[in-house]
Amino acid sequence: MLTMGLDIGSRSAKCAILDDGKLLTYGQVETGPDSAKTAHVAVDAAIHRRTKLWGESRMALPNVSTDQLRIEDMDSIVATGYGRFVVPFAHATVTEISCHGRGAHWLVPGVSTILDMGGQDCKAIRVNERGEVTNFIMNDKCAGGTGRFLEMIADALKLPLFEIGDLSLTSTKAIPFNNVCAVFAKSEAVALMRKGESHADILAGLHDVISRRAIGLLRQVGIAEKFVITGGIARNVGVVTKIREQLDEMEVIIPAEPMVAGALGAALFAFDRARRKSRAGVTEPIAV
Amino acid sequence: MNYVVAGIDMGSQSTKVVILDGDRILAAVTLKTGESADAEARQAMEDALRQSQLELEDIQNVVATGTGRTNAPFAQKQRSNASCLARGARFFFPKARTVVDAGAESSTAIRLAADGTVEDMVTNDRCAGGSGTFLDNMSQMLRIPLGELGAESLKATRAEKIANKCAVFAESEVISLVHRAPPVPVAEIVAGIHESMVDRLFALAQRVGMQSDVVMCGGVAKDIGVVRAMEARLGGHVSVPDDPQIVGALGAALFAQQT
Repeated sequence: MLTMGLDIGSRSAKCAILDDGKLLTYGQVETGPDSAKTAHVAVDAAIHRRTKLWGESRMALPNVSTDQLRIEDMDSIVATGYGRFVVPFAHATVTEISCHGRGAHWLVPGVSTILDMGGQDCKAIRVNERGEVTNFIMNDKCAGGTGRFLEMIADALKLPLFEIGDLSLTSTKAIPFNNVCAVFAKSEAVALMRKGESHADILAGLHDVISRRAIGLLRQVGIAEKFVITGGIARNVGVVTKIREQLDEMEVIIPAEPMVAGALGAALFAFDRARRKSRAGVTEPIAV
Repeated sequence: MNYVVAGIDMGSQSTKVVILDGDRILAAVTLKTGESADAEARQAMEDALRQSQLELEDIQNVVATGTGRTNAPFAQKQRSNASCLARGARFFFPKARTVVDAGAESSTAIRLAADGTVEDMVTNDRCAGGSGTFLDNMSQMLRIPLGELGAESLKATRAEKIANKCAVFAESEVISLVHRAPPVPVAEIVAGIHESMVDRLFALAQRVGMQSDVVMCGGVAKDIGVVRAMEARLGGHVSVPDDPQIVGALGAALFAQQT
């Protein structure tokens, strides 16, 4: 039984394909202005095992050809994320909270707490031993505690987004930042740059701000082991390091492919659907 | 020799200097250079002195206010933003009871007692959502000069609602509105932006309780669209000084007369 999960985020779109619940392939691409088209591009990336974001695949995949797969071959397709309602060939949608919980549970059995920070939101999720969500809190109102904050800072400092985390770790001076607002933090950063402060030191201060913000959110649902970080932010070693420092005693687990948790969860929900329908002798409608 | 004084308001985006002789404003300067606050203050003072044809020695007393007031050169004393805004507002509008100051990065709502003393105040300086920066960013994004934004908003017969309160997310929302098919008229988008501004300012002011006369000041008060939308929300008149940005510096100068 082939099932597909799509996570259409504000910045990146991920597609995961399972064969009887086992990971067959996945892909991730940049989200474009057209969600429907982005979905197709993400599927394409998965089928042809081509990931355009962040380099090569880091999860082991079965040595099986997937190039011949088509959307029509899927027994069930579930979409999640910001752009989920505009995926024309999805059979169902499931919330990103549930999908991230399920996906993280699949990636890290025994997970209890998940921090997921994406392009424009941040979620703290608690799951039980079955990967079902028991509590969560989300910020999607303020750019300050989201990937957008880091994007703006990278932009202000004229640095590629994927470099700022590493650069922040080379800091030698602590600069306390007063602002949680992305707009004000950006002007503060620019002012400090003009005063001659180094990029590394400015970045370290800002990574500290965003980490504290994330931990503040987490504490509202409680942090218990195992603790996992998913979403784009998990790829930022600067934030991960700051969080590790602040959560002293607790292990902070970063899956090999943290951005795919949502799509994986969606694909697993699709697997549930496919099995249910199979038992009932029903199939999903042919995708348009 | 008359007792000539000066007030300096060191704001987050600009420095304002007012030179006062009795109840005559001899000079009022607003300077936005983006340089260090110190350099900016010196430049503003120089410009004000030139405007009033005075020398620095002629200034008997200087009081500073604004976010950067502790670093103000020239100043003998500092006074709080709220008290200076209250004094300055009452100078122009003796019956002022509510003052709403909306600057580049922070907004303050002040309730005054009948005698003009500050009874209550509330400030937002944590979130760019209702700030001048919000308007500034929108102006750049839509390529409509900041000074024309207000007039543009008044051309619309309806306002396109902007759901996001966050300045950053609102910008993305406006981009999607601009690209929508069929397109949303720009004036309606700009009207929506102004509605959002007033939502925030009105909510802030309500926390201290609004009572007429209501005075608006700060750079944002230069936007006629914001003022009209505020009046519509209030169901009443909003008074705005001819130069709304100098109210804090004027209040500081008035305090400089006393000490």
